[in-house]
Amino acid sequence: MITPDQMGFVKIRNQETIALRNVPVLQYDQFYQSVSSLLLENENHCVNYYAYPIDGQLKFIACIANDKDSTIAVGSHEMPLHDRRELKSLSKEFFPMHIFEREIHENHNVNFTDHPWLKPVRYAYNRSDKSKVISTYPFYKIESQELHQVGVGPIHAGVIEPGHFRFTCNGENVLHLEIQLGWQHRGIEDLFLKKTSLIQRLVLTESIAGDTAIGHCLAFAGVMESLSDTKVNTRLELERSIGLELERIAMHVGDLGNMNIGTAYQLAASVFGTLRTPAINYTQTWCGNRFGKGLIRIGGSHYALTTELIDKLEKFLIKFEESFEPMCAHLFSLPSALMRFENIGKVSKKQMELIGAVGMTARMAGIERDVRLSHPFAGYKHFNITSDLLENGDVWARAYLRKLEIKNSIEYIRDLLARLKDFNEVIPKPKSENELSLAPDSFCLSLTEGWRGEICHCAITDREGKIIHYKIKDPSLHNWFALALSLRDLEISDFPINNKSYNLSYCGHDL
Amino acid sequence: MIPVALILLTSLLFPGIVVKVKALVSGRKGPGLLQPILDIIRLLRKGNVYSNTTSSIFQIGPTIYFATILFCMFFIPFGDTSGLISFHGDLLLFIYLLGLGKFFLILNALDAGSGFEGMGANREALYSMLVEPAFIILFGTFSMMAGYDSFYGIFAHWHLTSGSYFVLSLLAAYILIQIAMIENSRLPVDDPKTHLELTMVHEVIVLDNSGFDLGLMLLANAFKFGIFGALIANFILPEHQLLWIRALIFIGVIFLFAVIVGLMESFRARLKMEKNPQFILTLSSIAAIAFLVALIISNKLL
Repeated sequence: MITPDQMGFVKIRNQETIALRNVPVLQYDQFYQSVSSLLLENENHCVNYYAYPIDGQLKFIACIANDKDSTIAVGSHEMPLHDRRELKSLSKEFFPMHIFEREIHENHNVNFTDHPWLKPVRYAYNRSDKSKVISTYPFYKIESQELHQVGVGPIHAGVIEPGHFRFTCNGENVLHLEIQLGWQHRGIEDLFLKKTSLIQRLVLTESIAGDTAIGHCLAFAGVMESLSDTKVNTRLELERSIGLELERIAMHVGDLGNMNIGTAYQLAASVFGTLRTPAINYTQTWCGNRFGKGLIRIGGSHYALTTELIDKLEKFLIKFEESFEPMCAHLFSLPSALMRFENIGKVSKKQMELIGAVGMTARMAGIERDVRLSHPFAGYKHFNITSDLLENGDVWARAYLRKLEIKNSIEYIRDLLARLKDFNEVIPKPKSENELSLAPDSFCLSLTEGWRGEICHCAITDREGKIIHYKIKDPSLHNWFALALSLRDLEISDFPINNKSYNLSYCGHDL
Repeated sequence: MIPVALILLTSLLFPGIVVKVKALVSGRKGPGLLQPILDIIRLLRKGNVYSNTTSSIFQIGPTIYFATILFCMFFIPFGDTSGLISFHGDLLLFIYLLGLGKFFLILNALDAGSGFEGMGANREALYSMLVEPAFIILFGTFSMMAGYDSFYGIFAHWHLTSGSYFVLSLLAAYILIQIAMIENSRLPVDDPKTHLELTMVHEVIVLDNSGFDLGLMLLANAFKFGIFGALIANFILPEHQLLWIRALIFIGVIFLFAVIVGLMESFRARLKMEKNPQFILTLSSIAAIAFLVALIISNKLL
């Protein structure tokens, strides 16, 4: 029996389904108080806060994760749809909430009073106020004869993804950077409801952020398996973790290469660039797609790790380490490279706490935040991982943390492979749509740790067990602000190296 | 005519050699040696696209830049054979012709009216201004040592017979290589390969130039490298040798210079932008040291 605790919130675990009626509905004042008292605790952070219209009401759901006892407190409040929508902002006291409230404001025209930064998030096509368009974005302005503005984008110099960066500069120095996104909005969350077949939803999940296909798919699988009460065997869970760690290795090493392109250090750029290829090629050998699309399916897998594949994986890891280790040793002791890394784009732990940074963006500034550790899922339930922590908060920390995480991931994969031997269960074929009956009137939340950080998917089902609302949160939603803060008082020419050091997702943010 | 012909010949291969060396060092095959020059030829056969915001400056800038570099080439002697043009104090004209070319390059960038290009022009102007003293101190020193104030005079009386001349030649080669790197916007002050406008110096200046104009600018850059290579070669060129042997040494030195550029660009990262002026000023200090050494050798100190 689930009962609300003293805060009025109900506690669930990661990838757990509860009946919607068990999610307490509070008055906004009480809700505000509960969220406040929860967020005052250091181990709590908000993983999702969103609103959706139902039965003439606008229902707000907040999910606050406790990193110590691996629980997630869920609570809600409601307001009539036609009410004059005004609420007291939580962001004023708890700035990490800013992005959630901005999103709610944009989508549902709820005015948060005293919100310090109530700006559009992504200009969703179904936003409430269509008169707000991307060309009228309210940029922060500093009036002075001495300052100038530089606008970069929305077309990226390397033609990757679109985003607009507005720098207010004093000579070569940046006073303020404002990042305006939303150019990539595809309406994924709505498509999720319109496309009802399982395979369509899986394909959609894989394209939330193309470089985090496995991370997002694991979150979706967590939701679906929990809602349909499908148990997966331990061997499959371990194999899924191997997939996730492989994705981490491939993306991190690619980023290290890109950072060295940014500093024009050719040797490291080409070594890391060449190392990324065998990493993603292994994923292709495994599941037929270099980015792991198709690897994660509900309730089973088409691609079980055979002995032959395990053998190849072990060989790949050895070869990878052979070039990776010496190149890292060289890179992190080369003065000309270190000069471009150290003390560049420094952010403080306090700043990262304020913006609610997640994943490696949090860990490079000294915040211990890792879902694998705090809210174990998939294979991480079966073994202990250690999370690396750096405190510098500069480009160096972001580069070095990648190096540490790659080394760790290699160890985890070896560890997981060793454990696989004890679990010789047969991995079933994935469940078809007809075999999955979702729990009716339920809420489910699923957290995973992609290579960028915490991914959160939330689903709500109706009386017939159909998904009526699906909420996706990519780590980039929080972390873009970190890039803007990094640029404060930095030379504008250091922007690209900082941008590469975060490598955030445009489409993950824009959805 | 000999030096001009040799510089033209080597310049055409220079960018290709640099690219090839960088590719080989990083474990790739790389494009053919002629690829960069073929690219330039392709550009030269195209027309120009001019934005409505530009004026006539934008249209004549690249041509003037190219003309000044070509003109500079005529000053370069070939050991004790003078260049096409040679007179008292020609090395000053040489320096200011380079400056004039830069000036029009910068005007060309400002005329385009883009936010990036102004930024790049600003940086380029600063770096060329800072690099000038190094060049003048260096050639002032040689002029004093040789007792002549033209390129031909200096090189005709420059003999690698004594140790002190040898040391000075080495210093000169080092400074000239670095100056050439800065003048041509290469590592460590600039990265010719970057695609990021915000970090560019030279590349961003030519961002709005296209077709024939862009081809001219790229060709001028190749010539510039050839000219600096030729200056270095002149210090080393032995006298009383057969003409073809000297020509081979001349070409060899320029190609060696290209290999050095390729290697220098492979094994280090570029500087942080704010460290660039400091780095460039160091060259002036080294030139000043060369000047002091020269004073001591020639007993002119005190």
